[in-house]
Amino acid sequence: MNQELRELYQQVILDHNKSPRNFRKMENATQFAEGYNPLCGDHIDIFLLIEDGIVKDVSFKGEGCAISKASASLMTSILKGKTKEEAEKLFEKFHALVTGKLGDNPEIDELGKLAVFAGVQEFPVRVKCASLAWHTMMNALHCKDEKVTTE
Amino acid sequence: MKAEAETVIAVSKNKYNVNKIREEFPILKKKVHDKNLVYLDNAATTQKPTYVIDKVNKYYTTMNANIHRGVHALSQEATEAFESARIQIKQFINALGKNQIIFTRGTTEAINLVASSYGRTHIKEGDEIIISHMEHHSNIVPWQLLCKEKNAKLKVIPVNDDGELIYEEFEKLVNERTKFISIVYVSNSLGTINPVKNIINYAHQFNIPVLVDAAQAVNHLTVDVQDLDCDFLAFSGHKIYGPTGIGALYGKVELLEAMPPYQGGGDMISKVTFEETTYNELPYKFEAGTPDIAGAIGLGAAIEYINKIGIDNIKEHERILLEYATQKIAQVPGLRIIGTAKEKTSVLSFVLENIHPHDIGTFLDFEGVAIRTGHHCTQPLMKRFNIPATSRASFAMYNTKEEVDVLVSGLKKIIEVFG
Repeated sequence: MNQELRELYQQVILDHNKSPRNFRKMENATQFAEGYNPLCGDHIDIFLLIEDGIVKDVSFKGEGCAISKASASLMTSILKGKTKEEAEKLFEKFHALVTGKLGDNPEIDELGKLAVFAGVQEFPVRVKCASLAWHTMMNALHCKDEKVTTE
Repeated sequence: MKAEAETVIAVSKNKYNVNKIREEFPILKKKVHDKNLVYLDNAATTQKPTYVIDKVNKYYTTMNANIHRGVHALSQEATEAFESARIQIKQFINALGKNQIIFTRGTTEAINLVASSYGRTHIKEGDEIIISHMEHHSNIVPWQLLCKEKNAKLKVIPVNDDGELIYEEFEKLVNERTKFISIVYVSNSLGTINPVKNIINYAHQFNIPVLVDAAQAVNHLTVDVQDLDCDFLAFSGHKIYGPTGIGALYGKVELLEAMPPYQGGGDMISKVTFEETTYNELPYKFEAGTPDIAGAIGLGAAIEYINKIGIDNIKEHERILLEYATQKIAQVPGLRIIGTAKEKTSVLSFVLENIHPHDIGTFLDFEGVAIRTGHHCTQPLMKRFNIPATSRASFAMYNTKEEVDVLVSGLKKIIEVFG
């Protein structure tokens, strides 16, 4: 496989694509948002359970490419236990990473497992795939604190 | 001209020489990610032969001027080249007169012109407009806008599991409220060739005008507006080896005459005062402003080029390729073809089990293969098949069986990685 391509599709990403974590509808979610990428028709639902300003639980449903699915999966794994503010900070750092604005910044270490998405910056058309879950999470985070009805 | 001589050789003795044709498309020599370019995104846009590129270049280097009103030599030359492109189009689709050919920016603008000009004057509250489930967004949204404005209804002909129109359902949709039908000739997502002639025949029994979206048809089939008896027909230049930004609308004279102008401006008038304006004759009434002159000339050249190769030769070449590709691609494990109509052009839409089209697209790109992935501007159709997107390979006159092999081996590699 080509080097650039290997950077994009790292084993961790392929693994999370194949068996995504927290891939479920959450019945007791306090916050919910729907994300949609009109470019490719992909959509993703993000469920949050926030208690005392802390992300107690987070899950997702929907369909998308390997990048967007793995991104959502890794995001849900990393967000559990974080405060709202920490979640927002992570979003900013992640966004900087995939858009190539982080460079060799030491902040990259704070991203932990999320660093596998560094390869995305070489693929401008795929940035939206990687960030869809994060944007949706931010929308969910800022929606009203009330129980969502998910039919 | 050198290019012309080569073109003649390319199809001499009835032998379709695809390698010779490939030499006439300079971009096909390009390397992508160090691989030979395998361009299979022809339903999105086709590549341009040197013949077309040269004609556009020649216009800018030897005759650039504004058309129709200039008395100087350049303007006359440019006008002549522009108007002879119109004649090329007229002959290409077998229209009766060149006044029936209106230059537009493409199919989308042509449909919008009809929806806006004809639609707004003829569609009233409670009327119904029929389209199909396999329309491109460009043949949905203009009618939706019109329906919203007029409080009219959009009716949709359903599609079966093979991606064919259910004709009987079409007849059931037609009633006294039906005032217009706009239908795609060939589906851009599936390649399905629709029975537009039957639809037109039936519609005309009730005096309902029909617009044919021929964007995906004119480069694959002989399109004859008199034989079809369509009321309007639209197509784009860039899908038939011509430039982007230029296309044409064909219309029946009595309909075009009765329609108000679509846009106001220069060239579309015969006399202007602040009190009143009288409009120019057809087709100029619908061509406000300076048109894409180079584009029109390029489109004329593209038609000349197609004529030289022969649309029937192209059709046969593409038929063989599609058959080969359909067979080959079926060997890829977990692959499902979307669109298995009996009558098809050279479009192969497919999904791979558990692998998203976007990942397929990125992977193939690194093999040098350009395909389209996504909803192809046909979201309702994707919904009908319960999929968010497909991967689509679409073949043109210059594609080869070897290129199909590259596609198929690329797909097998993807499965290895994702499997």
